[in-house]
Amino acid sequence: MKRLLPVLAGMALLLSACGGREDLSTLKPQGPVAQGQFDLMVLSISIMALVVVVVFAICLYVLIKFRRRKGDNSIPKQVEGNHKLEIIWTVVPIVLLLILGVPTIDKVFGNAKDYSHDKDALQVIVTSHQYWWEFEYPEYGITTAQDLIVPTGKKIQFKLASADVKHSFWIPSIGGKIDTNTGVDNKLYLEFPKEGVYRGKCAELCGPSHSLMDFKAKAVDQASFDRWVAAMKDPAVLPEDAAIKEAFESKCLSCHAVGEQNSGAGAPNLTGVGGRETIGGILYNDENSPEENLKQWIENPQDVKPGATMPSAEDLDLSPEELDGIAKYLANYKLDY
Amino acid sequence: MTAHAHAHPVKRYRGLMDWLTTVDHKKIGILYLLAGALFFLIGGLEAILIRIQLLKPQLAVVGADTFNELITMHGTTMIFLAAMPMLFAMMNAVIPLQIGARDVAFPFLNALGFWTFFFGGLLLNISWFAGSVPDAGWTSYVPLASPTYNSGHGVDYYVLGLQIAGIGTLLGGINFMATIINMRAPGLSFMRLPMFTWAIFITSALIVFAFPVLTVGLVALMFDRLFQANFFETANGGSTVLWEHVFWVFGHPEVYILILPAFGIISEVVSTFSRKRLFGYSSMVFATILIAFLGFMVWAHHMFTTGLGPVANGLFSIATMLIAIPTGVKIFNWLFTLWGGSIRFTTAALFGIGFIPTFTMGGVTGVMLAVAPADYQYHDTYFVVAHFHYVIVGGLINGIFAGLFYWWPKMFGRTLNETLGKWFFWTFYIGFHMTFFVQHFLGLIGMPRRVWTYLPNQGFDTMNFISTIGAFLMGIGTIMLIVNVIITSFKPKNATNDPWEDGRSLEWTIPSPPPEYNFKQIPLVRGYDAWWKEKMEGHKEMTPSEPVGPIHMPSPSFLPLIMSIGLFIAGFGFMYDKLFVAIGGIAVTLICMLLRSVFDDHGFHISEEEQEKGVHA
Amino acid sequence: MSSHDLNGPLPHEPERATLEGRNKILGFWLFLGAETVLFGTLFSSYLALRHNTGDGPTPNELFQLPTVFLATMILLTSSLMSVFAVQSLHQKKVKPMIGWLLITILLGLGFLGLEIYEFTEYIHEGHQMPTSAFSSSFYTLVGFHGAHVAFGVLWIGLIILQIMKKGLTVVTAPKVYVSAIYWHFIDVVWVFIFTVVYLMGKVG
Repeated sequence: MKRLLPVLAGMALLLSACGGREDLSTLKPQGPVAQGQFDLMVLSISIMALVVVVVFAICLYVLIKFRRRKGDNSIPKQVEGNHKLEIIWTVVPIVLLLILGVPTIDKVFGNAKDYSHDKDALQVIVTSHQYWWEFEYPEYGITTAQDLIVPTGKKIQFKLASADVKHSFWIPSIGGKIDTNTGVDNKLYLEFPKEGVYRGKCAELCGPSHSLMDFKAKAVDQASFDRWVAAMKDPAVLPEDAAIKEAFESKCLSCHAVGEQNSGAGAPNLTGVGGRETIGGILYNDENSPEENLKQWIENPQDVKPGATMPSAEDLDLSPEELDGIAKYLANYKLDY
Repeated sequence: MTAHAHAHPVKRYRGLMDWLTTVDHKKIGILYLLAGALFFLIGGLEAILIRIQLLKPQLAVVGADTFNELITMHGTTMIFLAAMPMLFAMMNAVIPLQIGARDVAFPFLNALGFWTFFFGGLLLNISWFAGSVPDAGWTSYVPLASPTYNSGHGVDYYVLGLQIAGIGTLLGGINFMATIINMRAPGLSFMRLPMFTWAIFITSALIVFAFPVLTVGLVALMFDRLFQANFFETANGGSTVLWEHVFWVFGHPEVYILILPAFGIISEVVSTFSRKRLFGYSSMVFATILIAFLGFMVWAHHMFTTGLGPVANGLFSIATMLIAIPTGVKIFNWLFTLWGGSIRFTTAALFGIGFIPTFTMGGVTGVMLAVAPADYQYHDTYFVVAHFHYVIVGGLINGIFAGLFYWWPKMFGRTLNETLGKWFFWTFYIGFHMTFFVQHFLGLIGMPRRVWTYLPNQGFDTMNFISTIGAFLMGIGTIMLIVNVIITSFKPKNATNDPWEDGRSLEWTIPSPPPEYNFKQIPLVRGYDAWWKEKMEGHKEMTPSEPVGPIHMPSPSFLPLIMSIGLFIAGFGFMYDKLFVAIGGIAVTLICMLLRSVFDDHGFHISEEEQEKGVHA
Repeated sequence: MSSHDLNGPLPHEPERATLEGRNKILGFWLFLGAETVLFGTLFSSYLALRHNTGDGPTPNELFQLPTVFLATMILLTSSLMSVFAVQSLHQKKVKPMIGWLLITILLGLGFLGLEIYEFTEYIHEGHQMPTSAFSSSFYTLVGFHGAHVAFGVLWIGLIILQIMKKGLTVVTAPKVYVSAIYWHFIDVVWVFIFTVVYLMGKVG
């Protein structure tokens, strides 16, 4: 096993050199769960590379050595088999599989640990919707959407289910995915040792905008997390302009929620939406301003995410002034944490 | 054999009518091949559209809805309507010849199987014209495929099309099992069967035991969709995970239904073109049986992330890994068949040998996927897409092409052009690796599968571009194959009995293409590789096991075609809620069954004089 | 291919006298293998969903064991009758064979009548296909079996007519034999339904 280590290390290096973004690639693990899975990947790829090399080498050798030469019409010796060889290529794979199987079983159970009743772990209830993610923090009574905010240095215990069709919750650089089923809860724990923003994706075909059902996981230090929780609990900030406020309350809050207003609504909670990484999971606020992104989104959500259930500005009868005002208000609705 | 031939007057058809009524396994094989090739081209076109859409980030060549329709139809078409029929084409063309039989056990059912498959496939593809296409993936997971979230008729086409096509497949499975058990020539014991026949025997067993599971799954989904049943409606106590179980209890053996015949073809091709006996024949047989057996115990490895818990995941991990052992045995047996041989690089041999490393790569990624914790990362990503295309295209399709080039002269009496064939091989092979090798890495760096598009700046752009170019190469290769087939069809029919000169099994002892009755006299088999054995002992033909005499043949019949049309009509009736149409369609089918039962088919006899004239298929 | 002389004396075990007959019997056994998997899957789905009765009636409230027990006895007896039919076949006694076959299908019809009565009762009690997951899987499983019985009745009926017209030959004998295997098979399936659906429904 010791002699294998340099091979494994080399393979790990090779794989991580294959690239991908640090916040997205399974080959650049950013947490212990993804790291454990990556180690298993490296082990299995190394063993399998060995198998491939042996097969390729024999294959190349026989193709060169035993090709039929011109004019050669001899009949090769008809061999029935060879017990010794056959035993070798039955036993060697068994050994290789044992080497792979033992850590596999270990990790299967290791990753299935349940921290639901661990007081030190943060509990998060994930509900997937066509095509957005809802994150509820039952211990704090707050709900947010699209940006999962978590503290570093704590185990995060997720309880996941779907509100409509089957989706799959996946933050590649932090840990593997788990499906969100309808009617049954699934459990998964993850850890975020490093601060940063990690990209999350839906991995199960869920309709036209499956490819666009991205979310972000933002890991912050404990103090910052506590400030965020407090800010989430603050009374909702509503538009100052009375006309915009009226439009927002009648046309947006019928489905959405901000702060304590209309909490438990069926559409994404908008508290602090202007400070999130993206609008709708895919319009990046560092590429365009949140205001532009919000305008684009509210104008016609179907254009951004085909099949999204939110009605367009036209369907909502939003005037251009109302649209501008709401976008501006939401873009400035940021939480300080 | 009773010597007196009854002179039954049997109507024999010509031209198109002949093809519509035939019960001759060789003609049914060609029908399967034509239909399979048609669907292969449709599925290929869908694949090209998928790859064009993914050429660059944020393209909108096709809409998101259309894209999901394309991936669903691509998968369903390729597996059920292209790969399986092409395998059935080869089973039909070769198995009765390899076992020294004049036809399959149930020629009528054979025709029925073809027509139900064909009309099932037609029904599924009519959805493109009906404007509501299945779009829940080839796995049709509920609730996405449930009436609540999929209210159009798309998934109905999937359910009914596959149900009808599935009847055909099941009939084929029963037929070939019975054929191989009951119709072997004298002396051809099980342990003397050619490897391809063994593979088909076990494949047929898998079909018989796996397809009914799909039937039940589709019935349940159909009842949910058409009669408000609650199998998968969680609000009323149904379970969506139940669909996953049912689908994969069928779906995993299905994978082996696809690959085992390819194993068989490769065994024949490798052995013939290296002029050597198959290395470790009995361990090959045993490995095949073991793979089939284990194939039924590993379905939940498709569901590691469904949340079945660590015990199930652990067990299914280990069970899946075990399959690598018999598969490895096969790979090494092929390599050691080549070892010490005298390898001739025909196109068939290139595909056959090209299969070995490619399939190995598909196999090792399969073991990687079996590692459940790591599968949490691979699952539903492009890594999986790469894996199963390595197995299905790199394995099965390579095998089918090897088999086509190998048995083409036997089926059509003409040998395909070798130069064009080699061009085809290299274009297709290189295109294939270009398309799918990079997809492993796309998955590893975070690209989920079944995505309509992707955002820029994620590191996905270059590899997707390469993948699309590769897909075009595969398309160009396929065009070369079509050109080859067309050119060859204008060449004279001059293939000899044993055109590769190194044939080993019974199909190479009779004319190419064989006469309608295959064997004028059923041969006596004296060992494994029956024909090779005779050749080595200096014999020019097989020892017959019976005297020359009139040969009894089954009559052609319209009934299989009409029965399938009945089911086809019934499918529409169910879908569009016209119960009388559905009942009418099923009545047509039942009346045909009644006619078949009441009017005995006495068949007809081909006299010795006619045999001399050489009645060709 | 051995085409047996249709006009000669009937051989011993006429159902196996020709290759066609042997193929038919073997093919049918394989078909029953597939049917076993079919019913196995239906049973599994039923077992997975049977507790999910929702607002609908539960198995315990619904099932009336005496009726079902009667149906079971009828079907078991009819299976026995088809054994007698095959015995007559082997003794080449055509008339008794037709008699036994007739009793077989009459009993089959009796079973179907009871089942239809049972289903109509259930529907009146608010146990319909869309009621719950339990009801859906119940009707699908038991209904599939009922459809098999109905098909069997029609099929054996057709065979009786053929025997009356064509007599017992090497062509008709395999049909009688195969239909008897089929009839036993659906009888065995019913025994499982009786146990898994009805008895366990009453107890569990």
